[in-house]
Amino acid sequence: MFKPQTFIPLSILLTWLGLAISSTWLPLHPNDISLPHLLQPPSAIAWLGYDDLGRSLLDRLILGSRTSFLVAAGVISVSLTLGTVIGMISGWLGGNMDLVIVRIMDIFLAFPSILLAIALSGLLGPGIENVVFALSIIGWVGFARLARAQTLSLKRREHVIAALALGAKVPRILFRHVLPLLMAPLVVEATFGIAGIVIAEAGLSFLGLGVQPPTASWGSMIRDGTRYMLVAPHIVLAPGLALMLVVLSVNLLGDRLRDWLDVKGKQE
Amino acid sequence: MLTFILSRLFSMVTVVIGIITLVFLLIHLVPGDPVQVMLGETATIVAQEELRHSLGLDQPLHTQWWHYFTNLLQGDLGTSLHSKEPIVEKIGKPLWETAKLAIAGLFLAILIALPLGSLAALRKDTAWDSGAMLFSLLGISIPHFWLGPLLILLFSLQLKWLPVSGNEEWSSIILPAITLGTALASILARMVRATLLEILNEDYIRTARAKGLRESAVIIHHALRNASLPIITILGLQLGALLGGAVITETVFAWPGIGQLTVESIQNRDYPVVQACVLLISLTYVIINTFTDILYAWLDPRVHYRV
Repeated sequence: MFKPQTFIPLSILLTWLGLAISSTWLPLHPNDISLPHLLQPPSAIAWLGYDDLGRSLLDRLILGSRTSFLVAAGVISVSLTLGTVIGMISGWLGGNMDLVIVRIMDIFLAFPSILLAIALSGLLGPGIENVVFALSIIGWVGFARLARAQTLSLKRREHVIAALALGAKVPRILFRHVLPLLMAPLVVEATFGIAGIVIAEAGLSFLGLGVQPPTASWGSMIRDGTRYMLVAPHIVLAPGLALMLVVLSVNLLGDRLRDWLDVKGKQE
Repeated sequence: MLTFILSRLFSMVTVVIGIITLVFLLIHLVPGDPVQVMLGETATIVAQEELRHSLGLDQPLHTQWWHYFTNLLQGDLGTSLHSKEPIVEKIGKPLWETAKLAIAGLFLAILIALPLGSLAALRKDTAWDSGAMLFSLLGISIPHFWLGPLLILLFSLQLKWLPVSGNEEWSSIILPAITLGTALASILARMVRATLLEILNEDYIRTARAKGLRESAVIIHHALRNASLPIITILGLQLGALLGGAVITETVFAWPGIGQLTVESIQNRDYPVVQACVLLISLTYVIINTFTDILYAWLDPRVHYRV
């Protein structure tokens, strides 16, 4: 648990989480326009400098962490719940119902996911709810596929058959005897999913389809920064670095988590 | 083999019909009245009704779907609201530009991933291996819309070697191709490494070495050739990410492809063009994936015997 490969990404993620949650109470001024500070590089007073409207980049970066965290939490909870329920039902029932659901999943998988997200949020209009909606429409399929595959094999296990023989109702079996065994692979999938969602939210905001200004998002900060790259490269560097650190940490921890759960699986 | 091809083609057709339906439904997701959103609030009622009628939005949903479907079969993608041109004429050149970019990114990815992945596998647990895997981890974690500006900052603004954006000179494609190819290269390099590590333990590799072949011949003719199957599969699957990434990469570099057209059309509220772009990109993905599957089965007869 205390290896640097675990410790460093874990502390980065905890910082992200801490800033995202505490940003409401911190004395931040992310929307204060100050013309004298226009495009000023990092200094002792403002650690990350100021953007094209003279707003503090550090304050906006912290607010941006909140946006990406809210979207990630929203999308993971919606798509994990939806995907697991649909996948378990599909795997349990089998037959025609299963066939139809698998076909529907195939259709969703046939779209390049970020493309569908761009089209959906473009048509729905900007706003954090629409981003969560668009990304959940894409996100549920991965969880559903996993839950279905696991349920298919779990439903032949002895403890499930025993529960059936004892007369337990199907919802109870799914909830008490199947779901707990599904959790490990789903959690790994969800962990990796966070990386994709954080990138997707920033990507949508980069295209101007995510959150509305003046709400800060790392993606829209990068987009604003690209216009001033020659004079003020720090505007594009800071949010990009934050984004990459979070994604890198999630991917590293996901790898560790998968290895850890795998080892446990082998010992059993 | 024929049964396998037919079953793959059949499932492709059902997926294609599903894609068309979903893309058709997209316009009905627009909150409120799509006609009002497209024309703006200043439009007259007459103009609104005219557009509603020409888009067929005044008809029942299933009639609309049938119209959309039959028009598509005749190669009619509708008319752009913005330029009033038929979308089919508008979309040809961007489609070609995106194909150029995607192919360049793909080649670049293979060019990086094969040597990198092989190196990592052959020098497993050395600095080479961890270096290659670090590159791959960074490549997966860096988003296109940040890598692109970074490359512009370094190669165009600081070193002044390459053009910033657009598509005026032949060298314009270099930075977008690197931006697009890096993520794919990283995933492929991991895959090449994992596959090679498995294959290097096989009996036929030991045989090849035992009969005195040079190590390079063993790797290229015996190991990499057998590794090509899983690599082709990953390539097919990752093509969707590549095409999706093209949308953002094109926006970063003002590359005049279908991705930029999609984003522009969203901003212009030119929804028929958005639908056409999404449809064409997705169809390309599905069709190429089906052919990858068939190619795979042709290369490895074990696949279709199982079906």
